[in-house]
Amino acid sequence: MIEAPAKEPRELNGEDSVRVELVSRAFQTRRGRVDALAGMSLHAAPREVVAVVGPSGCGKTTLLELICGLQPPDSGRVQAGPAALMPQRDLLLPWLSAIDNAGLALRARGVPREQARKAAAPWLERFGLAPFVHTRPAELSGGMRQRVSFLRTLLAGKPVLALDEPFAALDAITRQEMQGWLGHVLESEPRTVILVTHDVEEAVILGDRVIVMSPRPGHAVREIEVPLARPRKRTDPAVVELREEALTALGVQA
Amino acid sequence: MNRIRRTAPAALLLIALLGAWELYVDVKGSTFSLILPAPHQVAQALYTDRGLLWSNFLVTAEEVLLGIVVATVVGFLLAVAIHFSPTLRRAAYPLLVASQAVPVVILAPVLAFWLGFGLLPKLVVVAMVSFFSIVVTTTAGLAAVDPDLLKLMRTFDASRARTFWHIELPAALPGAFTGAKIAVAVSVIGAVFAEWNGSNSGLGYVILQALPQLKAARGMAAVVILSLFAIALFALLGLAERLALPWVYLPSGKEQTA
Repeated sequence: MIEAPAKEPRELNGEDSVRVELVSRAFQTRRGRVDALAGMSLHAAPREVVAVVGPSGCGKTTLLELICGLQPPDSGRVQAGPAALMPQRDLLLPWLSAIDNAGLALRARGVPREQARKAAAPWLERFGLAPFVHTRPAELSGGMRQRVSFLRTLLAGKPVLALDEPFAALDAITRQEMQGWLGHVLESEPRTVILVTHDVEEAVILGDRVIVMSPRPGHAVREIEVPLARPRKRTDPAVVELREEALTALGVQA
Repeated sequence: MNRIRRTAPAALLLIALLGAWELYVDVKGSTFSLILPAPHQVAQALYTDRGLLWSNFLVTAEEVLLGIVVATVVGFLLAVAIHFSPTLRRAAYPLLVASQAVPVVILAPVLAFWLGFGLLPKLVVVAMVSFFSIVVTTTAGLAAVDPDLLKLMRTFDASRARTFWHIELPAALPGAFTGAKIAVAVSVIGAVFAEWNGSNSGLGYVILQALPQLKAARGMAAVVILSLFAIALFALLGLAERLALPWVYLPSGKEQTA
């Protein structure tokens, strides 16, 4: 058994939920006012994986930044436990090795380098990255980079994970692998997860619930429960059916 | 084989230029060679004046090296200060640009008055002509950090100082090196001009003395040494950059962006 680093795993309690109530958020841009969100609501219980799907530019990233406390809502209420972001692009630091990138959140809190490495090492091994501990991002594959990026967010030790289209940049095969991998990791390391994606299938495979958003200004138009056991198969008729339901809610003709 | 193929164009071009120069002076006659000596005369001067050139080179080299060190430290600190204070940026940037328009001759008497005739005023001139590129490129590097990365650090509860240390500082280093490379090229010229005022040694002084004595070949020999020195410094910085920032030279072909 691999030794778990300090602070891991953590017990989630009621404060580690996410509650977004009738939130609106607009931006002033050079081309005028852009309403990103209008009346958006969402709730995630502790340990729940809530997948948010919506058309491009529907304010999904804004939603995550509100949850992470990176910006305030114009109106409405955001209540969330401490949240760590996994950005859309991996944003790994090119000058750091995989292990030092993974430990960045710890270094950000002032943990000494050696200690951060000690915390990250067993996780890299668990994520199949043991041979690449000292490799820099430029020499890692896309899938490996996403795993390091996810680990970096996980090691922030926050109960809430805000994942912003984590696999959007990957090729189709790698993306499917990574979806299976993430589902597996979340089984053993439960967190309250808000997973933003434009991939409806990904939402149904990974989410306990799927929230479908409208085009901008974004708000929830549909909430779909996914009461299926994991791991889920793409070809499972129940998965296919829920996927069609979500697509219909998005206004896509199947 | 590859190495020969890479260096051959530069060597051929140099030989062609020197040949044309030699021919041109030959056609113009010996009087003209007092103004523009032929390459073989320069080579001769390099040999016969080697003692004089070497001892004066050491003086100039010291000015240049110390000047670059001062320029790098001042330029880097200024860039960091400007990065943290938009007010300072607005206040100082026009002055920084203006400082590059100040001719050394105007400054030299004041510097002599303040700092005397030794190493110090030369060092100031070298630093003044070369710090600017370091400020500009380092500031650009600091400002070019992906804003999403800064947001990420905020969700990791990083303090401003830690974000600077872990993210912005390393991200600005390639820019700082670029600035330093530009700086070494101009710093040599800075040292020469500095030596034209209140000085009795250095290659700039040698040039200044050689021209009225119709020893243009000696002046040109000093120029050759200065050029080689600049090239050596530039190459040395390139090497230091490769050693210090190996990630800059990693292939980024596998990078995936949305």
